[in-house]
Amino acid sequence: MSDSNDHDSHLVPPTRRVVLGFKDAEDLDVPDLPTEPLPLNMGPSHPAMHGTVRMVLEVEGEKISTADIQIGYLHRCFEKESEAATYTQIFPYTDRLNYISPMLNNIGYAMAVEKLLGISDELPERVKYIRVIVGELARISDHLTCLGASAMELGAFTVFLYALKAREWLFELLEEICGARLTVSYMRIGGVAADMTEEWGAQLLAVLPRVREVMSDISKLLDRNRIFRDRMDGIGIITKEDALAYGITGPVGRSTGLAYDVRKDHPYLVYDRFDFDVPVGSVGDNFDRYAVRVEEILQSMRIIEQAVPTIPAGRFMHPDPRVTLPPKSETYNSIEAMIAHFKLIMDGIHVPPGEIYSFTEAGNGELGFYIVADGTGRPWKCRVRPPCFPATAVLGKVLPGLFIADVVPTFGMINMIGGECDR
Amino acid sequence: MAQIVLDRLTAQFSGGEIIEVGSSRGNEWARIKREAWVTVCKFLRDDPATKMDMFIDLTAVDRMGLRTFPEDAPRFDVVLHLYSVGHKHRVRLYCGVPEEDPSVDTLVSVWEGVNWFEREAYDLYGVRFKGHPDLRRILMYPEFVGHPLRKDYPKEKRQPLVRRQAGTRE
Repeated sequence: MSDSNDHDSHLVPPTRRVVLGFKDAEDLDVPDLPTEPLPLNMGPSHPAMHGTVRMVLEVEGEKISTADIQIGYLHRCFEKESEAATYTQIFPYTDRLNYISPMLNNIGYAMAVEKLLGISDELPERVKYIRVIVGELARISDHLTCLGASAMELGAFTVFLYALKAREWLFELLEEICGARLTVSYMRIGGVAADMTEEWGAQLLAVLPRVREVMSDISKLLDRNRIFRDRMDGIGIITKEDALAYGITGPVGRSTGLAYDVRKDHPYLVYDRFDFDVPVGSVGDNFDRYAVRVEEILQSMRIIEQAVPTIPAGRFMHPDPRVTLPPKSETYNSIEAMIAHFKLIMDGIHVPPGEIYSFTEAGNGELGFYIVADGTGRPWKCRVRPPCFPATAVLGKVLPGLFIADVVPTFGMINMIGGECDR
Repeated sequence: MAQIVLDRLTAQFSGGEIIEVGSSRGNEWARIKREAWVTVCKFLRDDPATKMDMFIDLTAVDRMGLRTFPEDAPRFDVVLHLYSVGHKHRVRLYCGVPEEDPSVDTLVSVWEGVNWFEREAYDLYGVRFKGHPDLRRILMYPEFVGHPLRKDYPKEKRQPLVRRQAGTRE
């Protein structure tokens, strides 16, 4: 664990906030018109509600007086299905939690089970490096999607296309390493499904400067854009106290000034070997959330650039036969390996009885897995602590007092992902 | 890592409020008596040595039929995870809730954000949180019958979506 002084030296205040000297809306002479309360239903299928969520608002004129956020439209019984699946079979379910950064969910779940098995300290170094690299790739694609989609909803369609263009390059890389763009299922308990090649690393390093260029273009389009800033500055302010009481972590939590990043505060895998900064906001408004995400993309690229050249050679799976399938050549040529293969597939990996809460930094914040094991090959309980669940909950407190038009950027910058929030 | 939290708890509460404390796989945990649930949580939040200011997670566990669990123990456990941003330590708290009266006091007055997590535990496990301001279902729809994460709710059970009766509000 790093000490707090070390952490503080790595904090970056958002530098993008340039004061533009706009005229405030309050300065304009607008008369108050008589209004009466009107219920207004937004969603669950609304163009600006990416992810299915329903908001029952009560508005007076354009102003929101109460907001009831209703989730659950994408509930897929993750926990109930997990209780009937072997530990390995749960990986595809985790892909569908935060479906724009599935690698990070894979990593979080794999690490939880490895801690229960007691093998997390003996993981091959190469596995840890691969996990950091693909995890940071997923984080970049997560933030790019959030920025692009939110900008599009405010009318900046160019930004959306730029962001998705860059995301596409990353998805192509992910596709090459694991065969899928979104539902990756790349992690295994004790390692990863396939090794990373040197050429892949070279391709990745070649793509990053192009992503950096895209980020620079996006910043030029948005940072000093009057339309964008008018709808981001000072809108949807979340206080640090609320972030603590609601358990909001990740970019939304850090935008409030809460300097908590699992990668820095409780380093896992090999994050403590890389030099990177944690951007922290000061106001907690939509613009801080935008600025924190932009900065995090740049920091993630720094981590990848340090990790790819220093990746050690070695195995990409833990050698323990209790968790790793025997090689195919042995499976088909010896009865012992055939039986071991059969037992691992049908009965699952036997995890000793116990409970664990394991947490990692996912795209939206602290992704926790609370697993209760009963000694069989299937978990007794497999709970996900979804990071955007509390961030969506706080909307009910943030939205009252704002205008209807403010719902769109505020909701976009929370980055609620239905698959993760509803599970 | 967070032994200090358990030490503070056992030092402060000697009247049987803390049933058991332990540590396994790097996670420190304490089992709290149901009557002292809110008091203990408030103490953990405000005590300068523990200062568990950040609420992380609240859920429930149904232990019906779990071989590794004593038979006379209550069927449900409400499980709370807390974190201290300043001290960087965590703790897990259990509160046993029996099947006959599955209820416990709400923690909304201690951490506001517990609200939705308690609604979820109520929705999926049927644990009632006394004094909760808005205890509705959250992931399932209002017409749903039963609590799907209970171990006696069959995984394959299907419920047709029941049409709301005319004139009733949700």
